[in-house]
Amino acid sequence: MKVLRDFLDKQKPHFEKGGKLHKLHSTFDAFETFLFVPNKVASTGAHIRDAIDMKRTMIIVVIAMIPALIFGIWNVGYQHFLSHGMAYDFWPMFGLGLQKVIPIIIVSYVVGLGIEFAFAQSRGHEVNEGFLVSGMLIPLVMPPDVPLWMVAIATAFAVIIGKEVFGGTGMNILNPALTARAFLFFAYPGEMSGDKVWIAEKADAYSGATPLGHLLVDEIGKLPSDWAMFLGTIPGSIGETSTLAIILGALVLIGTGIGSARIMFSVVAGGLVMGLLFNLWGANDYMTIPAYQHLIMGGFAFGAVYMATDPVTAAQTTRGKYIYGFLIGFIAVLIRVFNPAYPEGMMLSILLLNVFAPLIDHYVVQANIKKRLKRVKVLAKA
Amino acid sequence: MSTVTKIKKGLNINLIGEAEKIIADLKTDHYAIKPIDFNGVFPKMLVKEGDHVKAGTPLFFDKKHEYIKFTSPVSGKVKEIKRGPKRLLLEVKIESDNKDEKIDFGLADPKTLDKEAITEKLLESGLWPMIRQRPYSVIANPKDEPKAIFISTFDTAPLAPDNDLIVHGNGEAFQTGIDALSKLTSGKIHLNLDADATHSKVFTNSKGVQMNYFSGPHPTGNVGVQINKIDPINKGETVWYLYPQDVLSIGRLFLSGHLDPTRIIALTGSEVLRPQYYRTKIGASLEAFTTNNVTKVKKRYISGNVLTGKKIELDGYVGFYHTQITVIPEGNYYEFLGWALPGMKKFSMSKSFPSFLFKNRKYRLDTNLHGGERALVMTGQYEKVFPFDIYPMQLIKAIMVEDIDLMEQLGIYEVDEEDFALCEVVDTSKTNIQEIVRRGIDLMHKEMS
Repeated sequence: MKVLRDFLDKQKPHFEKGGKLHKLHSTFDAFETFLFVPNKVASTGAHIRDAIDMKRTMIIVVIAMIPALIFGIWNVGYQHFLSHGMAYDFWPMFGLGLQKVIPIIIVSYVVGLGIEFAFAQSRGHEVNEGFLVSGMLIPLVMPPDVPLWMVAIATAFAVIIGKEVFGGTGMNILNPALTARAFLFFAYPGEMSGDKVWIAEKADAYSGATPLGHLLVDEIGKLPSDWAMFLGTIPGSIGETSTLAIILGALVLIGTGIGSARIMFSVVAGGLVMGLLFNLWGANDYMTIPAYQHLIMGGFAFGAVYMATDPVTAAQTTRGKYIYGFLIGFIAVLIRVFNPAYPEGMMLSILLLNVFAPLIDHYVVQANIKKRLKRVKVLAKA
Repeated sequence: MSTVTKIKKGLNINLIGEAEKIIADLKTDHYAIKPIDFNGVFPKMLVKEGDHVKAGTPLFFDKKHEYIKFTSPVSGKVKEIKRGPKRLLLEVKIESDNKDEKIDFGLADPKTLDKEAITEKLLESGLWPMIRQRPYSVIANPKDEPKAIFISTFDTAPLAPDNDLIVHGNGEAFQTGIDALSKLTSGKIHLNLDADATHSKVFTNSKGVQMNYFSGPHPTGNVGVQINKIDPINKGETVWYLYPQDVLSIGRLFLSGHLDPTRIIALTGSEVLRPQYYRTKIGASLEAFTTNNVTKVKKRYISGNVLTGKKIELDGYVGFYHTQITVIPEGNYYEFLGWALPGMKKFSMSKSFPSFLFKNRKYRLDTNLHGGERALVMTGQYEKVFPFDIYPMQLIKAIMVEDIDLMEQLGIYEVDEEDFALCEVVDTSKTNIQEIVRRGIDLMHKEMS
């Protein structure tokens, strides 16, 4: 590693102030810090610091997404051959999945990181690591058959409008990956909903509807088994189908303490409560499905584990997190059942609560402020 | 035993280099009082280089409060008055002549004196600056009426000195100090003890105090946390606080009539060969401690503990309020793919490094930041190590935008930067939180005075 370090040290002066490549210093810095944790020391305040940094945090989230990604890749192939009525071994299915998914991942990262680098450069900042996660989340919420140019513009939209206009990582109001998904959903509804997009190069005769699709048209009898929905051998966005794989990811996030378990569990609680309320009401078939089925269909689990927990766009106070999570689950199921135009209530519910998260925090913090004021008043009386 | 306040939030960081419980006398002729140790003080010199001083001779005073004087700990010669940029007073160096000449402030029994007489003695002898106040963590204003005085008898910071050992055999001086302090407030004197570790009779037999027991991880020993749990500060109120060795000095002033700035200092840290305690005086030179007693690697010398101490150079001096020196390795090295590798030996509060499996491991930590500074992204981290009924992230943001009203509403009167030290340690975004909090407190102090 000494050779590499020496090489970087030799190149460094070119990128520093006054060097001929100073304009590219953010880019150099990004690569340098990727290879080597910097030699910076604590100059003020505490003299020792925790070993965790933003890169470590983000790489853990990416690791947590790997089960869902691998299952998704296999499922893309599996659904394709299933629709053609062909049975194949693992590797051909996985191979086809790779063919479909890898280009989407590459497009997402290249476009997103390109924009991130450009913005960091123009602002003279260091490149933020946030997109390492967003860049993987975006492919996982795409249908397998999405055209690559759509991935590119959705990613560009999400990074520029969803994040950079607010000031970059840490300042955004909406989750960037969901912004990308929502952009496609509203801009190209034909390609993002209906029955044909959820299976790669589907055979025409095969239905291919997702469980949510079936329910929208009251085909409750055509719902796959609970087991299939839990394992994820159903059509859907690349990473969302397998609740099992997502639970594995959730365990990584909760175990390392990087994802908020409070939010995950309260989303689940919110979804279950709304599902049970609908059971009580029972006005149509959709309302009568067992509440737990909401958790294993569509993007509910994926949203709860990877999207709702985004610390930047979620509520920041402990109490606020419970409220925020609960309302996400609650409203997601509400939208699913009540609004036939939007089969995937989870996406809209999270975006809605992203917008309301600061308000929730505001009231939680106000309660603390009032408590402090009350202390003074009690004292003044006494 | 009365009720124990249990504190759950916080974090104990186990480091290598705890001081062995031996006290040796330190041999040095070099001392310095550092005006920069005192928040909000504008020093005005009273001596020149070359002047002869006795123990207790005023060296400088605070321009804003002329009665607050800072005195020489030893007799000798003013060797140098060191200034920094903009003529900022850094150090007033005294070279001891070993004659031990002392100014006589007069013997007295504090029980027979009134508040004015005691205040006068403390001001004249230069012991007054040991008494500080919340809010703002500045030297107390003798004209104020504090609602209580808090003394934390235990320190929970990494490698912190053991006060039981330090006060051992000094029961009379401690009680006399308490007697003097009790004349300064109409409220209570809170003596806060560690429910599990404080055993010294000096503390437990004290009279005229309310004893409060605490148990929990750092920052439980911080006086700010204890005030928050026992009797939180409201707007317009003042609480005074000081530390056990300060009480001893005050007690000895009344018992002997002389300034006795004796300090027992723990020399700690992984780079110290024989970590132990030393008996010396306030402002002792660092070199006397470290000669032939530190490793050969590039080191950082800290006056205080690793969380809140100040970096000093080898030719520097121990700070006025510090009872500990910590020596740890500097961390100015590059680490290949350090963020991605498992990192078996790294310390982290998060469980993203496997080292969390070894709960009792002691670490040799260096000063590396372990990453670049980023925007505030993660949430809920500070709350895990911040046992106040205060929202730390929101308060920090209020300080960053200098919203005075919001800072006040969110509780800035109750905190000091030391209370945020652990937030700073565990922060993923590597923000210098203590610096921000100090800026906020200073701003508030300026606005309110």
